[in-house]
Amino acid sequence: MGVSTLQRLVEQLKLEAGVERIKVSQAAAELQQYCMQNACNEALLVGVPARSNLFWEPRSCALL
Amino acid sequence: MCDQTFLVNVFGSCDKCFKQRALRPVFKKSQQLSYCSPCAEIMATDGLHENETLASLKSEAESLKGKLEEERAKLHDVELHQVAERVEALGQFVMKTRRTLKGHGNKVLCMDWCKDKRRIVSSSQDGKVIVWDSFTTNKEHAVTMPCTWVMACAYAPSGCAIACGGLDNKCSVYPLTFDKNENMAAKKKSVAMHTNYLSACSFTNSDMQILTASGDGTCALWDVESGQLLQSFHGHGADVLCLDLAPSETGNTFVSGGCDKKAMVWDMRSGQCVQAFETHESDINSVRYYPSGDAFASGSDDATCRLYDLRADREVAIYSKESIIFGASSVDFSLSGRLLFAGYNDYTINVWDVLKGSRVSILFGHENRVSTLRVSPDGTAFCSGSWDHTLRVWA
Repeated sequence: MGVSTLQRLVEQLKLEAGVERIKVSQAAAELQQYCMQNACNEALLVGVPARSNLFWEPRSCALL
Repeated sequence: MCDQTFLVNVFGSCDKCFKQRALRPVFKKSQQLSYCSPCAEIMATDGLHENETLASLKSEAESLKGKLEEERAKLHDVELHQVAERVEALGQFVMKTRRTLKGHGNKVLCMDWCKDKRRIVSSSQDGKVIVWDSFTTNKEHAVTMPCTWVMACAYAPSGCAIACGGLDNKCSVYPLTFDKNENMAAKKKSVAMHTNYLSACSFTNSDMQILTASGDGTCALWDVESGQLLQSFHGHGADVLCLDLAPSETGNTFVSGGCDKKAMVWDMRSGQCVQAFETHESDINSVRYYPSGDAFASGSDDATCRLYDLRADREVAIYSKESIIFGASSVDFSLSGRLLFAGYNDYTINVWDVLKGSRVSILFGHENRVSTLRVSPDGTAFCSGSWDHTLRVWA
């Protein structure tokens, strides 16, 4: 690696080291909270009345 | 015939000053570098000083990496699935193929949904890009690209245009017209130019800007109208395979994944990498933001999917099983973020409970690798594309 490449790497690592972090317990709690808050909107989990999901409608069949 | 020795003139970026010049090979401690003439001369006179700087920089980089790991580990007080123990388990999960889109002549490589929740654009190895109405399975538009392996395609937010590219190293935008007399290919606009294949593209919040990722190791932001390069993103050590924009509420960042096993988060305005994660053991094929924008998931050739939290600055979950040995090619979250859908090279789609870390369901149907997967904008269905030439809509 050339000197300039290494200098850039060191600068980048300094930047990344300086990032503000929170505890995993707090981050995890917030991810969970988002899921719970939006779960009611989740058609795939809650299930919606058959007519409102257009993909559940069969395509038209013709009786010959 | 060729008994002459030629002096090969390599043109490129000098390893020392980074300027674009004619380069000469230069040897330092049996390592070959490429320097431009002025730098090579300086090196000759600067020898000793150079070596010291190199060694001290290397050790500084190593100690910074160690410090970064230490800082991240300090905050690792619990696992995500432990926090989620009290959450109710998900019930029986039934999803079936509701539509099969047939028409591509070869492997489907990429697809994207239109904001209208019904139209889909897909691209294939056969060089064709097709726009489908997924409710009726009708093909509304089709364009043949001048290259094969169209690896990336995207729908514009307005629904009035599509972008695509691949082995042609470009990203082109095609306005969608319903005039039967107009040839779609005639209105094509070349926007992005890379020096290697285009692996991914995405419009930003408007039809006016496109973000691209390439096999040349860079990502770039382009203005669609002028084709001008607005910002470039350097940092990956190998091909960049995927990218995803943060949900609009969370600001101007995007995440990219590459063959260097790294996932990198970028500030779109400055071009700076703000966070990087290197825990995968192989190429990262797909990255997708969690709906809140605070985390992102990745799918890799190492047969695992992982969840990285941006505020904790670390990996917080791994989705894997001993029985899953094939790479994950494509991932996407359900609307609430509770489910992670992942398409694999063993032809299956696994559905993971994001919080608990367990697999909820396994979906069979494709007859070859699943190469692409996206959940619809309203979360009522998802679409998968495969090397078996078809796309399937599941609900």
